[in-house]
Amino acid sequence: MNGLTYLKNVVSLELDRQKCNGCKMCITVCPHEVFELQDKKAFIKNKDLCMECGACQKNCPEGAISVRSGVGCAAGIINGILRGTEPSCDCAGPEKNCC
Amino acid sequence: MKEGYISGTIKTIFGPVPQVSTVWSRSDIWQTIKVRWNLNRMNYKVEPGLYATGNPDSNSEVFVSANFKLSFDHLRRALNGMNAWILVLDTKGINVWCAAGKGTFGTTELINRIKIHALLNIVDHRNLLVPQLGAVGVSAHEVKSKTGFRVIYGPVRAEDIRSFIETGYKATPEMRSVKFPLKDRIKLIPVEITYGKYYLLLVPAIFLILAGLNPHGYSTDSAWNNGGRAVINLFSAYLAGCVLTPLFLPWIPFKRFSLKGLTVGWLIAVSFLFLNLLGISIFEKISWFLIMGAISSFLAMNFTGSSTFTSLSGVQKEMKLSLPLQIGAAASGLIGWIITRFI
Repeated sequence: MNGLTYLKNVVSLELDRQKCNGCKMCITVCPHEVFELQDKKAFIKNKDLCMECGACQKNCPEGAISVRSGVGCAAGIINGILRGTEPSCDCAGPEKNCC
Repeated sequence: MKEGYISGTIKTIFGPVPQVSTVWSRSDIWQTIKVRWNLNRMNYKVEPGLYATGNPDSNSEVFVSANFKLSFDHLRRALNGMNAWILVLDTKGINVWCAAGKGTFGTTELINRIKIHALLNIVDHRNLLVPQLGAVGVSAHEVKSKTGFRVIYGPVRAEDIRSFIETGYKATPEMRSVKFPLKDRIKLIPVEITYGKYYLLLVPAIFLILAGLNPHGYSTDSAWNNGGRAVINLFSAYLAGCVLTPLFLPWIPFKRFSLKGLTVGWLIAVSFLFLNLLGISIFEKISWFLIMGAISSFLAMNFTGSSTFTSLSGVQKEMKLSLPLQIGAAASGLIGWIITRFI
């Protein structure tokens, strides 16, 4: 793990271990090594490292993972506030500076 | 229109497929440099569709990519010497990770492209190699149930593809994780610098004009003297937030980006204080601390969007406190600075 971590105890990631079938897909797709396998089921090892990208939720065939996914981006959140929408960097618009 | 990276054509039973070069040309390199400086970045696209590297056949791997040309370029370069298919999704010219976040690099688009390009008939196997960061938008089990294709998530970085293939689809934890090393942060800085756009001229110009105000009316001499100093202070705060903070990110204390930016902005302000750049009166000095701190802090906070580890919940929490403080500090600093013109 490198030295770069963000705020603690804010992440919305939840895992229902009852539903987990141990397919390890969440471990594969997670870019921050948040999950590991314990007793043949996924386990949240590093919750504070989660960036809420939503890849694990999207690829969990059992629907065992829930996370409020979205852009961890101040500009996107300001966009959302100004337009009264969800946080979005919305690159579709002209001249929008985006990721 | 023939693009420079297209080197030939492969015949398939479903028509010709463009064959692409796996080496970057001088033009590719030049365009990459421009895009890194935010020039033409939002219109840097390749035509979505099926492409080939080398001479692929029905047993060759299929790699899925985005139609942001920089993403496509990294993939084709990584496939040098391999016979493979590249399926480019229409992501509106956005890179894989961001497009996946928006859903354009997503399950529906992937399923459509598989059908449009008759992938079931182009290859005999049923494997698709999708970049791992695409998993944000692609649901592997859904693709499987709707098309029969198994999505295999490849490594995060294209440069690891060769080793991933050679080891039989094995990725080390290293290949699966996203770090944010200095090398990557440096690549992002030019785009950060262009963030201010025309405000980079407008705001200093306003300060330059206002600097001429004095108790006796207006003086171009004081516009020049006070205004010149103001412009230096403004640009320094700007660079503190969008160059120095990203550069030294891991070594600056605090978790919040806004606090990191404030720290760097104030370090600059303190050094300027000793260089007598912050003005004469204590009132003006305080005003500059407020303005420079606010600018640097705001820009640093914006870098959360470019970073690879900040969560939506975290950034929202950070902004709830920081944004009002930044606006308040900038506004009161500006008012304070204008008042000092008259005392």
